[in-house]
Amino acid sequence: MTNLSDRQQLGYIASQAADARLNVELETEGMTLNIGPQHPATHGTLRIICRLDGEQVVWAEPSCGYMHRGYEKLTEVRTFPQVTSLVNRIDWLGSFANEVPFILAAEKLMEVEAPPRAQVIRTILFELSRIANVTLFLGDLGVQMGAITPVFIAFRDREYVLNLIEGATGGRFHPNFDRIGGLKDDLPKGWIDETRQTMVKLRKFCDIIEDLLFGNEIFQSRMRGIGIIPADVAKDYGLTGANLRASGVDYDLRRDQEIALSYDKVDFTVWTHPDGDSWARCWVRLQETREACKIVEQLLDQIPAGPIMTKVPRIIKVPAGEAWVSTENPLGEMGYYVVSKGDLGPFRVKIRSASFNNISIVPWALKGVYVPDIITILASLYFILGDIDR
Amino acid sequence: MIQLAIEIPYWGQSLLRVLGGLVAVLLPAGLIVYLFLFKMMSFMQSRLGPMEAGPYGSPQLVAEVGKWMQKEDLAPDAADKTIFKMAPLIVLLSTFLLVVVIPFGPDALFTNFEVGIFYALAVASISVLGILVAGWSSANKYSLLGGLRAAGQLIAYELPMVLATLGVVIQAGTMNLQQIVVAQNTGEIFGWGGIGNPYIFTQFVGFMIFMIAVQAELTQSPFDMPIAESELVSGYMTEYSGFRFLIFFIAEFATAGVFAFIASVLFLGGWGIPFDWFGWTTIDSVDNWMNIGGPLIMFTKMLVLTFIIMWVRFSFPRFREDQLQTFAWKVLIPLALANTALTAILKVVF
Amino acid sequence: MSDATDTDEQPLALPGDGLREGIIEDLRRRIGDGVVDTHISPNDDLWIRVQTGAWRQTAEALKAAGFTHFSFISGLDWMPSPYGTGESDPTAEPKALDTEIRQGVTGGETRFQVFARLVDLDRHVGVTIKADVPDEPFAVDSWSMVFAGANWHERECHEMFGIGFNGHPDLRNMYLPTDFEGYPLRKDFPLLARMIKPWPGIVDVEPMPVQPEPAAEPATQDAEST
Repeated sequence: MTNLSDRQQLGYIASQAADARLNVELETEGMTLNIGPQHPATHGTLRIICRLDGEQVVWAEPSCGYMHRGYEKLTEVRTFPQVTSLVNRIDWLGSFANEVPFILAAEKLMEVEAPPRAQVIRTILFELSRIANVTLFLGDLGVQMGAITPVFIAFRDREYVLNLIEGATGGRFHPNFDRIGGLKDDLPKGWIDETRQTMVKLRKFCDIIEDLLFGNEIFQSRMRGIGIIPADVAKDYGLTGANLRASGVDYDLRRDQEIALSYDKVDFTVWTHPDGDSWARCWVRLQETREACKIVEQLLDQIPAGPIMTKVPRIIKVPAGEAWVSTENPLGEMGYYVVSKGDLGPFRVKIRSASFNNISIVPWALKGVYVPDIITILASLYFILGDIDR
Repeated sequence: MIQLAIEIPYWGQSLLRVLGGLVAVLLPAGLIVYLFLFKMMSFMQSRLGPMEAGPYGSPQLVAEVGKWMQKEDLAPDAADKTIFKMAPLIVLLSTFLLVVVIPFGPDALFTNFEVGIFYALAVASISVLGILVAGWSSANKYSLLGGLRAAGQLIAYELPMVLATLGVVIQAGTMNLQQIVVAQNTGEIFGWGGIGNPYIFTQFVGFMIFMIAVQAELTQSPFDMPIAESELVSGYMTEYSGFRFLIFFIAEFATAGVFAFIASVLFLGGWGIPFDWFGWTTIDSVDNWMNIGGPLIMFTKMLVLTFIIMWVRFSFPRFREDQLQTFAWKVLIPLALANTALTAILKVVF
Repeated sequence: MSDATDTDEQPLALPGDGLREGIIEDLRRRIGDGVVDTHISPNDDLWIRVQTGAWRQTAEALKAAGFTHFSFISGLDWMPSPYGTGESDPTAEPKALDTEIRQGVTGGETRFQVFARLVDLDRHVGVTIKADVPDEPFAVDSWSMVFAGANWHERECHEMFGIGFNGHPDLRNMYLPTDFEGYPLRKDFPLLARMIKPWPGIVDVEPMPVQPEPAAEPATQDAEST
């Protein structure tokens, strides 16, 4: 792990200060630029209103809501199993990972626990959706920076993971597979071997991307020292996931909480980086993909035999109570606060999505940066519109 | 002059020259687009590229031209119409003006300027005007940003290009492009005339600087801040569609081809193969069949150089604007100046 | 099962050893009788309800106590929806709706509550804090000067429930257009899609297609034609 060069940082600050002085002397008027809602760089319909002074941002304000679908209201008119299929679509790239915290919250209220086999397979699918999500991020990172080739490698290797998810659950993007008390179905024949082979391919992909993208000097000079977020600011805004760990905070919900997933059976490292700049965030995500491959490989050797679903009544009525469960999703920490009144469906579900907090830091982070760095910072913070807007 | 069986009147010669110019500009553009942009890029990205249009997608370019030409001719309401329409033509104009001075064979050339390279470098900067004008007249903030970035970048990278060619001029002793070709093909490296004296060996630093400057002049990655697709959508070309965009598109790749021609003339020995191999001594003793062979050799060398340009384009992320400028002013120009000084000293000494 | 009777354990004890009780005691020390009600789910989670007037003080106190990671702020509307859930058979007798407002864990007296979650990253423990929102004035203090991330969450809470946040610098709508009328997440704001069309899976709203009468042919009569 390298530390940031002070000279580089000071040089950047000095050039910004020089620009600012010049703008004051020339007394030019600023320009308001709209990035989005249709734009090649934003992952969806996000609109960022920037006030520019030359090429420097004076202030920037994201304007969300172009994709607001009213999830929290919709959950109030669904039964518990129906919410699962609804909730797949919040973070549509790591889709299985959205269902898991909700199902765990409902299981907590019902005081049932999924059988060990279901827990292990749930964890495997969770990590597979993490790999699918972050692989796309790594490819897209190149495109944001101008390198148009790595994204094809990313999509090609992501297809293998999507095929696995489809083989197990029936859906590439929206598995809708988790049930209260277990999973819908058992694994198909030959799935475990194919997953092992795919993990080998994914590891090779991580090496290729590290060589192609992260090893490139231009890429490094675009990313290092840009968008530094100190740890206390990160905690104030509630950043989670790789964003938090890249600022040096050692917190990972897979390791640091007791939860009904099988993370205690595996051995994995939690990666942090002291710098807190865009490079750190992207680098941490790359390492996490490798760790996810490692976790899947370890879990594949440990799938116990047994039933895939505990005995739950056919019509599920969750007893009254409130529960909060959050997990380490690909984007960060995703949590559900489920309030139940003993009906067929929840009374209120508060969805705490990772990208909402991750993007709330954008006005703070974009002050005084250059226009190309807007894209760098947004790319490194990594959000999905469905996650911000719910 | 060419000894032909028939006497071609002057207007016939001019017609031939015009046709030759069109071919010299458009054929490289077409070749580059199909070979490198469609096929090589696709293979590098582990996909096949266009395959439907014909055998292996070869008429794809024809299909694209047809598509662009039949589109509606839009212009934004607030745009400055005259200038908006003129801008692509200015860019294409500079390409045609450039190709006029490139020699394709001992007699297959358009004009024989004594100050060929000087003229070429001067005319190459006309495209900057076209880009600036396109950015400003589009009445679009993205285009404006793209145009401003282009202005800074293109002007900054002209200087290393000029300084790199200075080394070649010093070494050849003349600014006449035809003479530079002859000098390379009749020269010797430390007394050995086996491969002539292509200046790529002695001017290697100059060659690298020239290629980098050409990459920047063409606004290709890693210097494509003016276009910067993920930020500015299309930069100064955002508001252009249909026929005008086609002109920009052709101009971009035609200019790449023409710059590659110039680079092969300056550094790779142009249309020639070492005269020693055939026993020629001066330009007049070169056989007539070189007027056919010369263009073919030029095309080959052009394709090699364009391959490098496109290869770099598909591989690297882009520089940020201030990094780009720093690279030009603080790295390339001092290097080019040092190269020129060294060449001058060595020329005097040896 | 760690209902330790010893209430002044060091706060740095392992979870399950009175950690959460220690947190409650620490908070009581800092804000006195601001703490109204608490609920511990053993080894699992912690809820604290505070007085409305002590809402911001709680944030400051907890931040000083080590809860530096901000998770979310949102609202709760405890009134059962007068429109039902739209799950029941529209052709059957409508059931009488239960209109009594019953709050959840840690009780409460008002229809609306705000709740927030903070996490202590070093001790790996989180706490859910709730507060009543009185009907008049329908506002609580803002947390945006304590936790910068609360800015966006309070904007969303305001647009969805109508709860005001005193001291918030810029209380605009987050998702909805500025001229939107109504507060969507309140239970008396109907979900129009469900009003207009019942849930398609419950009941077959289309009648079964009627079998055509068999032709009156004396010789050939198909036996089964129900």
